[in-house]
Amino acid sequence: MTDSNATKPQHQNIHEYLAEFEDIPGTRVFTAKRARMGYWINQFAMSLMKPDNRERFKADERAYLDEWKISEEAKQALLKRDYNALLDLGGNVYFLSKLFSSDGLPFAEAVSTMTDMTWPEYRQMMLEGGRKPEGNRSIKGGY
Amino acid sequence: MAKITAGVGSSHVPLLGVAVDQGKWQDDYFGPIFKGYEWTREWEAREKPDVVILVYNDHASAFDANIIPTFAIGCGEHYKSADEGWGPRPVPDVEGHADLAWHIAQSLILDDFDMTIINEMDVDHGLTVPLSMMFGQPEKWPVKVVPLAVNVVTYPVPSGNRCWALGEAIARAVESFPEDLNVQIWGTGGMSHQLQGPRAGLLNREWDNKFLDMLASNNDDVRHIPHIEYLRETGSEGIEMVMWLIMRGALGKSVKTLNRHYHIPCSNTAIGHIVLEPTD
Repeated sequence: MTDSNATKPQHQNIHEYLAEFEDIPGTRVFTAKRARMGYWINQFAMSLMKPDNRERFKADERAYLDEWKISEEAKQALLKRDYNALLDLGGNVYFLSKLFSSDGLPFAEAVSTMTDMTWPEYRQMMLEGGRKPEGNRSIKGGY
Repeated sequence: MAKITAGVGSSHVPLLGVAVDQGKWQDDYFGPIFKGYEWTREWEAREKPDVVILVYNDHASAFDANIIPTFAIGCGEHYKSADEGWGPRPVPDVEGHADLAWHIAQSLILDDFDMTIINEMDVDHGLTVPLSMMFGQPEKWPVKVVPLAVNVVTYPVPSGNRCWALGEAIARAVESFPEDLNVQIWGTGGMSHQLQGPRAGLLNREWDNKFLDMLASNNDDVRHIPHIEYLRETGSEGIEMVMWLIMRGALGKSVKTLNRHYHIPCSNTAIGHIVLEPTD
């Protein structure tokens, strides 16, 4: 049997591991902390995979949201489709994408709303090779 | 005896499924992507694998926020295409290989990999898009599939090292299955992409190609890339590439590259795929 432990790197401290994530510009890594905070936002979004729930949500968004244990701040962000605010409140993009689809919005167009670009500008950036990593890797390091 | 005869790494961008389902694969936008898969489609038709162990991640389809298995293996007889919010993809049901899957699950647990076992689930674009890329639009998929779902969404996700070691253990498990089976292992997802926040749209051609070089090499340096490097260099969703390491780990020390393709962009994502043959 191969001894995989032989090549295992040294034990990594969870606090150091998590702290590095805060150094990435314009990015909210979906940590356990965010997953806990956004649990009901994500479960609400997940519920939109069922056609009956989508219909009820579309008929009265506020009333449907009131059925969930979601803070008023998060409800407002959901009603406004403020996806950056939702990421801050623990929303995850794969869950929130159920809301994109319920709105009939292409995934990339919904993603573009989280940037400082319009959808045509964002689409053009992608066609030209995407956002460059240079200057976008580290806040502290600026590289 | 069953044997892993080849490994494939491939992106699983949902828009590629849309392109297949709506017949757009030859247009100006999708043409160059599908052209890159042409050789691989012909090769798969010649190879006729019996089973594909398909490593992918569920995108909040079968699993909600409630249960988050790090490594889960599908041991069911069949799986339906998931409704991801716009109705299920019009693709055939996926047929499982319950005997092989249960054999692998049991062997892995004895080999210290504490797997989650799934009997019933729907499978989303993470699993069905690679099938479409390799097999087109058949009435029935020409292979049985053992789904292997990896958590690459909620951190910490498994390390590259652990993924590689799981691949090694899968290869051992397959080799102890008594039936003669031609088995492939596919690692899917990636390559660089970020779908969230102000940095969305990040792509990294140079890093992605370095990653492909490392997979194609005969050393295992790639297993030690830390999560923070994937996050900084390849965007928040580029971490999906750790799933390619399960595939690569299953192929043993040395490999031969049969095909390799890279294209930017598809929607928000850099598309890549590689076909490797074990040569140990």
